[in-house]
Amino acid sequence: MNDASPDTAPITPELVESHGLSETEYDKILEILGREPNITELGIFSVMWSEHCSYKSSKKWLKTLPTEAPWVICGPGENAGIIDIGDNQAVIFKMESHNHPSFIEPYQGAATGVGGILRDVFTMGARPIANLNSLRFGSPNHAKTRHLVSGVVAGIGGYGNCVGVPTVGGECTFHEAYDGNILVNAMTVGLADADNIFYSAASGIGNQIVYVGSKTGRDGIHGATMASTEFSEDSEAKRPTVQVGDPFTEKLLIEACLELMATDCIVAIQDMGAAGLTSSGFEMASKGGMGVELDLDQVPQREENMTAYEMMLSESQERMLMVLKPGSEDQARAVFEKWELDFAVVGTLTDTGHMVLRHGGEIVADLPIDPLALASPEYDETERPWTPTPVPDALNIDDVPAPNDPMVALERLLACPDLASKRWIWEQYDHMVMADTLGHGRPGGGAAMIRVHGTDKALAITTDCTPRYCKADPVEGGRQAVAEAWRNITATGARPLAITDCLNFGNPEKPDIMGQFVGCIDGMRDACETLNFPVVSGNVSLYNETQGTAVLPTPAIGGVGLIDDYTTAAAPIFAAEGETIVLIGDTDGHLGQSLYLREIIGQEIGSPPPVDLEAEKKNGDFVRQQIAGGTVGTCNDVSDGGVLVAIAEMAIKGGIGATVQVPDSGTPAHAWLFGEDQGRYVLTTDDADALLAAADVAGVPAMQIGITGGKGLSLLGGTKETALAALRAANEGWLPGYMGGV
Amino acid sequence: MKAAVIVFPGSNCDRDVQVVLRESMGSEPLMVWHGDATLADVDLIVVPGGFSYGDYLRSGAMAAQSPVMKDVVAKAKKGVPVLGICNGFQVLTECGLLPGVLMLNAGLKFVCKDIHLRTEAADTPFTQGYDKGQVIRVPVAHHDGNYFTDDDTLKRLNDENRVAFRYVNADGQTSKEGGNGANPNGSMDDIAGIFSAARTVLGLMPHPERLSDPAMGGTDGRPMFDGLVQALG
Repeated sequence: MNDASPDTAPITPELVESHGLSETEYDKILEILGREPNITELGIFSVMWSEHCSYKSSKKWLKTLPTEAPWVICGPGENAGIIDIGDNQAVIFKMESHNHPSFIEPYQGAATGVGGILRDVFTMGARPIANLNSLRFGSPNHAKTRHLVSGVVAGIGGYGNCVGVPTVGGECTFHEAYDGNILVNAMTVGLADADNIFYSAASGIGNQIVYVGSKTGRDGIHGATMASTEFSEDSEAKRPTVQVGDPFTEKLLIEACLELMATDCIVAIQDMGAAGLTSSGFEMASKGGMGVELDLDQVPQREENMTAYEMMLSESQERMLMVLKPGSEDQARAVFEKWELDFAVVGTLTDTGHMVLRHGGEIVADLPIDPLALASPEYDETERPWTPTPVPDALNIDDVPAPNDPMVALERLLACPDLASKRWIWEQYDHMVMADTLGHGRPGGGAAMIRVHGTDKALAITTDCTPRYCKADPVEGGRQAVAEAWRNITATGARPLAITDCLNFGNPEKPDIMGQFVGCIDGMRDACETLNFPVVSGNVSLYNETQGTAVLPTPAIGGVGLIDDYTTAAAPIFAAEGETIVLIGDTDGHLGQSLYLREIIGQEIGSPPPVDLEAEKKNGDFVRQQIAGGTVGTCNDVSDGGVLVAIAEMAIKGGIGATVQVPDSGTPAHAWLFGEDQGRYVLTTDDADALLAAADVAGVPAMQIGITGGKGLSLLGGTKETALAALRAANEGWLPGYMGGV
Repeated sequence: MKAAVIVFPGSNCDRDVQVVLRESMGSEPLMVWHGDATLADVDLIVVPGGFSYGDYLRSGAMAAQSPVMKDVVAKAKKGVPVLGICNGFQVLTECGLLPGVLMLNAGLKFVCKDIHLRTEAADTPFTQGYDKGQVIRVPVAHHDGNYFTDDDTLKRLNDENRVAFRYVNADGQTSKEGGNGANPNGSMDDIAGIFSAARTVLGLMPHPERLSDPAMGGTDGRPMFDGLVQALG
């Protein structure tokens, strides 16, 4: 590496191209500098203007998402989003992708994904209290899938377990579109005092810039650039661009930063994530309108003879940059020495508006900050043209065959890879450390429930997206992803407050892919506005393609909600025999793009279920009110697989069966049982009359559809009861069986 | 009663056990930094769970060399009760207060789930909150919990009634007794926790502190701490 990129390398067109910069972009560099850049400067431009750091293809569209609500303290643009949960407490959260590294080196790729998102949250002053993840793997039949599942899960666990932050939820599905490009999206939620939040804007000319954490090595150089190109067969050769995680150092860094944040020493702080020292330095200086002078000789180094280029582009993990108040150095140093972490003054803030780098006594780079950080490209519709996705015709219910026996179909659905229990995964995650994971909010249900330490409040946290809906109709799919997150939180009784998004798409240079992106954003915006569920942070991951094949459009949504008294929360677990089962919301029997269609009939066709956002809101608000009022015993939202799957999940977890009655509504029984109509909930009550009367008053569709009890599930008038034990075995058996000897 | 919780770099269940001790004692335990050379006089020392020093060497091996551990060992030898949970158990074996080692789980994976334990001896301050034979439900969360020792030591542990808890199924059967799958990590003789010869040191892999509050889904861990408070005043 040292020989390949000496500080004096001549700048050739090939070198420019290998840095992922277009000719137009290089011309802009010449214009900004008024001269040719040197290799270090070229490297800095390359990472700062990479898709990963600059959001050049997506910026125009991201700006259209709603980001405000009375409870939003800080929306997108900082390290993470911040919402107010009362009592001078704030929740800070974000989700981020680590797709390409995880495909190349699953353990380290996933582990450092967790490490990176944790830093985004604690750099703002929050103690991380929960991790979640959204995982998309290729077909279970693909030769590499087992290896990737095994490595990614071990990596997430290896990092999260060691830092002592519980991994409490997420999702994991499989589709052949991810065979060559898996998605690993990690989310962290943290808790801070609302009056002690830290931002990255540097201020105070002459203030010291301090580097803390791990030493800088040659790992991860050009990770951000790698994340901004398509995959090809030689991607394996990019293994050295994957970073290596050290969760123990991260744990020390969390404790040291939080200890220092409790004092009055810090002016600004920023973690070193993608593009390392370059990105954090520019970010802090640009936000504060300052200049920066860095002495690279002072940077703690893991290896000898590192060049300026390597130091500026290294993505070594577990590092932070801080600006200290004058006179605070000794106090800050003592904290980091106690935690046995490196602490080095590496520079000062200036009023030049330039970033000046010194190495070995020489100036090795001198770049104007704002032109680089702010004037990074933003592509419009001529540079990133897009074509809308043609929406498939709606499926005619009569064209979808009924199963011979709906209960056999149910058993097969519960055992299909997307619906099968992910216990094999979440039992490898410490989901209880910190002792605030509520008993009924553990993984495997709907939203995770985490008590706000020392209070009666709890957070409901979820990640959601249905990529097959987004592929068929990006607008409807975007709406549905946000609505499902909102519904999952509502089903616990919590108020949905805000979301983070992690937008995973293919190559934006292709108009149809760009059309998927624009469509999903359109649908998300619609849902966020109607549901008053703003976006406060997020991440875009493009170029998720291998050899020209794109992943399914996957805008993963991470939602956070709040319940004031966790003892009033509802769980998706049957708790008593003889309770009436009530279905909230309209059922048309929508089978287009359903799991029934894919898994039982073997087709992926039709339009996805439409989301009526007004009905979604009305139904959800009603359910939340009824949970708070105590009329609802248990509650589950209806999503993949439809009503019967929702009921089966509640029965399996509670060990209490049910008898279900298919209404005589003109909808064929299989469409009613397995249709994936949106805006619906299954709940149980011991006072059905009161609940139905209240629904009637509220104008919310509600109908009795069964009764809990027994040790099996049956349909009224159906052939026979299916034992819960058999359903559980089907649901629990698939993943451990599939992973077999791994 | 006064209790101390030792905090190493990488401990992460220190706060969890602090909360339960506070609840049981009605007062704050001391949180003691590993780098301190000595420890105040206390009635109970707790070595909590976590990944001390990242467990990058053998689990617990580095922490056993921490400055404060000299005093912990000295106090333990004088009879001050010491409780090691999870990584704490690993540390206590590494510093010689308890025999045997905790190896990588037989399943080769980290495992976090509720399991059942049978109380094998209720005649100690740690276990007097339970009845002998009582089955309790508490979680495990570890990568290296597979207890192993030589045959002579195992015989001595059994002869001296020093096995505190065994992994069982909900009906109280060990894997040998028909409790298929009850042992989460392959531990020899289904051992989940053991006492020192003087019965003043307990090390166990499961986390009683994590199921000591009804909100967390169970309270079977709580009698351990209430029993300690009762026994030690």
